[in-house]
Amino acid sequence: MLGPVIETLIGGLLTGVLYALVALGFVLIFKASGVFNFAQGAMVLFAALSLARLSEFMPLLLALALSIAIMIALAYAIELLVLRHLINQEGIILFMATLGIAYFLEGFGQTLWGSDIYKIDLGLPTNPIFLFETVFPGGILVDPAELIAAIICAVLVLVLALFFQFTRMGRALRAVADDHQAAQSVGIPLGQIWLMVWAVAGLVALVAGMMWGTKLGVQFSLSLVALKALPVLILGGFTSIPGAIVGGLIIGAGEKLAEVLLAPVLIRTFDLAGGGIENWFAYVLALLFLLVRPQGLFGERIIERV
Amino acid sequence: MLYREVGQFKTSYQSDEAIFPIAQDRWFVIALILFAFLGVPLFAGQYLYTELLIPVLILSIAAIGLNILTGYCGQLSLGSGGFMAVGAYAAYNLALRLPETNIVLVFLLAGLMAMLVGLLFGLPSLRIKGFYLAVATLAAQFFLEWAFARVKWFTNYAPSGSVAVGRIELFGFPIDSPGKTYIFVLAFTIVLALAAKNLVRGRIGRMWMAIRDMDIAAEIIGIRPLHAKLSAFAVSSFYIGVAGALWGFLRLGSWEPLAFDVNRSFQVLFMIIIGGLGTILGSFLGAAFIVLVPIFLNQLPSRLGVPLSTAAISNIEFMLFGATIIFFLIVEPRGLARLWAIAKEKLRLWPFPY
Amino acid sequence: MKARRLLAIAPAALLAAAAYAAPSWAQNEQFIPHLVYRTGPYAPNGAPFANGIADYYKLINERDGGINGVKITFEECDTGYATDRGVECYERLKGKGPTGASYVIPLSTGITFALTEKAPIDKIPIISMGYGRSESRDGSVFQWNFPLLGTYWTAADILVQHIGQREGGLDKLKGKKIALVYHDSPYGKEPIALLQKRAQMHGFELLLYPVTHPGVEQKATWLQIRQNRPDYVLLWGWGVMNSTAIKEAVAVNYPRDKMYGVWWSGAEPDVRPAEDGAKGYHAITLQHTAGQFKLHEDLKKYVYDKGQGSAKWEDTGEILYVRGLINAVLGVEAIRTAQERFGKKPLTGEQVRWGLENLDLSADRLKQLGFDSEVKPIKVSCEDHEGARTARMQTWDGKNWKISSDWYTGDDKVLLPMVKEAAAKYAAEKKISVGCLMMN
Repeated sequence: MLGPVIETLIGGLLTGVLYALVALGFVLIFKASGVFNFAQGAMVLFAALSLARLSEFMPLLLALALSIAIMIALAYAIELLVLRHLINQEGIILFMATLGIAYFLEGFGQTLWGSDIYKIDLGLPTNPIFLFETVFPGGILVDPAELIAAIICAVLVLVLALFFQFTRMGRALRAVADDHQAAQSVGIPLGQIWLMVWAVAGLVALVAGMMWGTKLGVQFSLSLVALKALPVLILGGFTSIPGAIVGGLIIGAGEKLAEVLLAPVLIRTFDLAGGGIENWFAYVLALLFLLVRPQGLFGERIIERV
Repeated sequence: MLYREVGQFKTSYQSDEAIFPIAQDRWFVIALILFAFLGVPLFAGQYLYTELLIPVLILSIAAIGLNILTGYCGQLSLGSGGFMAVGAYAAYNLALRLPETNIVLVFLLAGLMAMLVGLLFGLPSLRIKGFYLAVATLAAQFFLEWAFARVKWFTNYAPSGSVAVGRIELFGFPIDSPGKTYIFVLAFTIVLALAAKNLVRGRIGRMWMAIRDMDIAAEIIGIRPLHAKLSAFAVSSFYIGVAGALWGFLRLGSWEPLAFDVNRSFQVLFMIIIGGLGTILGSFLGAAFIVLVPIFLNQLPSRLGVPLSTAAISNIEFMLFGATIIFFLIVEPRGLARLWAIAKEKLRLWPFPY
Repeated sequence: MKARRLLAIAPAALLAAAAYAAPSWAQNEQFIPHLVYRTGPYAPNGAPFANGIADYYKLINERDGGINGVKITFEECDTGYATDRGVECYERLKGKGPTGASYVIPLSTGITFALTEKAPIDKIPIISMGYGRSESRDGSVFQWNFPLLGTYWTAADILVQHIGQREGGLDKLKGKKIALVYHDSPYGKEPIALLQKRAQMHGFELLLYPVTHPGVEQKATWLQIRQNRPDYVLLWGWGVMNSTAIKEAVAVNYPRDKMYGVWWSGAEPDVRPAEDGAKGYHAITLQHTAGQFKLHEDLKKYVYDKGQGSAKWEDTGEILYVRGLINAVLGVEAIRTAQERFGKKPLTGEQVRWGLENLDLSADRLKQLGFDSEVKPIKVSCEDHEGARTARMQTWDGKNWKISSDWYTGDDKVLLPMVKEAAAKYAAEKKISVGCLMMN
């Protein structure tokens, strides 16, 4: 009995890291500009589609470079066409604008690249590894592709942390996240900073798209992964990168364990027509955490003044 | 100006507090309602009823509901689809198990069920604010969607998980044609809209708006956030539940939980944002906009004579939809209702510039 | 600022002119609405099917000048596999053409369920070839539904028969575990009733694993499968769910050789993403197999060489494209059958329904049409709207689908009572007058 539980736990943790990858993009943008970027999912899809299709007729590294360029161009376009005109609006208006961007990108991505299922071939191993076969019957199953994704995520977080801590740009971003007006008054160009932040979020989306795309195949439903990243976000706090990681781990492990352990109990007790509680369990879990800490585990304490 | 607004003296408090204090406005609205009841059936065809008028009216009710919660009370909610589902399934079960009940009562009771569920899922709003609350309402959405797919009692143990309802009857008259359905829905919409308008103009509405604008200050001057927020959730869920029941019975006829998924929630949210947050008129305008745009976009290529594949049309629909939303948000973030108000302002002075 | 505001009114004003004025129709045309989905999570499977249908209609127009001189016109409408959009497309297109829509092919069990209520009132038959309500085989209750060539109960029945044969006899299934990984929609839930009945009959345990739309979250499902170790897994998915399922099966090392997909889970877009991992995966066929056949000579000559083809020529041998061709030929032949009776002119939906109910394609006729290698003879009647109940298995070898079994037939001793019971229940609920529709 313990074997399956550990297996589910490890699987859940690794999936959680993948969720955290998507949530990172949200956090970056929210931290720097206070915008809840609902288009992150669509950005993940768009980045993955670009990479998948470009890599069909050019070497992977070149396709990667071109995709990075595309995401930066996308960030530029978003800043120019949307954000610049909505600078002083309320949060909900900006949120709706990102929703509009999401719809636009989904349609645009499929127009440009097509609606079929496309492949990203990173050369990752697909066969599972089995650990501790002597201890547990059948061994503990670990998906090597997800392990590698977890490592890449760790590297990404490290790079971002170093970036924010030690470079001038990073410090400027932190200043803007702290207080827009103060940063502007010290001479930090807000428009450029936002462009930077969206570009970095776009790159994070590309990495997330790569990892998810290898796993699931690149197709429209990739953008729905963003809906899974939202509980991660609210559990970890909208403004915290470590929060995204920790939140991802908790949500990933929580939902998989719930599906494997809790769902059968629920099915028996209430005579349900099957399980599938993953979807809402993640949200309910995040909600329960929120009731204890309304700003998320690592989020900034919301100080309200009258 | 078309008509002089001043010079109409009121002689009682009641007439002073009317929704449309100016007589000409009142006549205009009454004429509009009469036209909707009597004039439209003269020329409307089946397609107009089933694809345009009935969806717009039913979704207006849902939009009014969400507007009360988000526009007037400031609690962003993404769970509208789930509450519509509660209304629809509650109505289905009521009609199934108590078949002799009057259909209007069935719909209202369905709304009441949605109200109770809304109260339950509104409790977190006392502790959580802003976008966190929005994401928390998604918990309600996904849970309710799941519950209706899994708890077999809700679908009367149907193996396919999908439910179907037959024709409804009102006092023995079968409501079986699109025209009659339209009149039925129109009556519901007008009564509910009137009720909503009076609610938001009164003490409760002011309470909600105070919470929306500055909830801590509101608490300080004596408005109880518990009352305000929960009453907003309750009334909002009632409206959305009734809309869901109407949608299921009169628009779909047969549905599965996917008909009320998260896309539906976003659709209702779009309606109120584009129509105008915090206005009743905005709910109607937004609903009309959201229903008409896809139909219009579908017809556009064939009208312009440009041959496009359906894939291209679908994708362009998405793109144009997103672009239109962004465009509206940039140009007029307060929505179509604000545009209407500005038009009226301009008309006051017309033909003079100021 | 003012100009911008005025600009905002422009689209609002344009919208007021939406959706009006039907274009004029040439009188000698047969209109067929074409419900498709070419975008969204189900597009990889929906697009080739839609292409097959469209190409066959074009072929009939180009090669034969229409059905006995009556040209086919069709209009596509994107449903995105969503029930409400499907209904909207149906409402918009049902009245088009000189005589209205001939029939409708929803390609979605959910949309079929919704349209089942509306079809009898609008008098438009629904062809749900290989999907739809399983009990709609009974034409005395479901006069307007035609689940030609097979329903999901038939498919599940044949799958159990095959697995039984593989084990050495249906009695050897006792104590075994069969898992059903299904799309959480009316489509996926259809086979459950029959599988439960067979589980009772033969003593195997049925494990149910629903997968929520769109089906990309299957990790927990397959971890459970790994832990519960069913002997066989039946896959009832659609769109992205299929390829994800096979990939997850690879990731948990579940032998693909023990996996059987329904005929909508056994096409190239489902197996290609998993590459070599999908080798050995089986699926039940809807009679036909993959590969170009005799009809393709005409397709090339009359459609593709003229640049009118909807798909790429290399893809015209794929399973779903061929299935689209078959669906179209059944519809066209039904119209032809109806024309024998009602005259060689545009027909109403009611008349086409008669044609469907009296559809009788013999082996010779199928050979004439060019389909003899793909479809066995089919005879529809009022009692049997399915027309045929036979299928075989195919296996993916990494590059192609290869037939891997003999023909099986659905066991009417099991199926017929279930159909009768379910149909009677539906008739009682909806207060339908049971009986075959006669036309004079």
